[in-house]
Amino acid sequence: MKLAVQVNEGPYQHQATDSAYHFTKAALEKGHEVFRVFFYHDGVLNGTRLTTPPQDDRNIVKRWVELAEKYDLDLVLCVAAAQRRGLVDEGEAQRNGKDATNIAPKFRISGLGQLVEAAIQADRLVVFGD
Amino acid sequence: MADLHTVNKSPFEKNSLEAAIKFSLAGSSILLIEDGVYGAMKGTVAEDMVKGALGDRKVYALKSDVMARAIKADRIIDGIELVDYTGFVDLVEANDKVQAWL
Repeated sequence: MKLAVQVNEGPYQHQATDSAYHFTKAALEKGHEVFRVFFYHDGVLNGTRLTTPPQDDRNIVKRWVELAEKYDLDLVLCVAAAQRRGLVDEGEAQRNGKDATNIAPKFRISGLGQLVEAAIQADRLVVFGD
Repeated sequence: MADLHTVNKSPFEKNSLEAAIKFSLAGSSILLIEDGVYGAMKGTVAEDMVKGALGDRKVYALKSDVMARAIKADRIIDGIELVDYTGFVDLVEANDKVQAWL
């Protein structure tokens, strides 16, 4: 079955992103296709490569990246939410004159259309948030 | 048509469990996750409401979230089934739509 996942909350603030990760992982391990994980609102904070959590804590960003590398997941940050919160890729840095990028590998920045497309293409959309 | 309703809030914090129960149709499933699992406990003011839903709906609670909150199995309302994340995925597959009551 084809699934899509929406994450509305940032890491370490609320359990939503942990729940979303464990759900996505379980679905992939069961052999389901995850068409896209769309990060919205504070959820875009899951996509910064500059986090350094304590060594004995889970690394939420790295965990997403590793899952994406293993299953070729499409991890998409909402562009308007990303701009507000300072999540920057090469394209955004050029467009908005920023001096750095901070997006984690395997993540990309795109528009809300990607969420709509995921909802249409997938058999089920599962939402995690606060 | 069966739907899966997920509830991630404690019934003592927000009314999302009440809303999910009120709006869900007979034959649908309600899955309690995160702080929502407090709604699965015996001996609370929410117990009668949850028992009422168990008449014509299935109620599940995510086992790891139950355990993380130190809720022992004998404190779970009879009829509520504990599932792991694989069970969560199965419920998503078994139902036509998933509605998150955030």
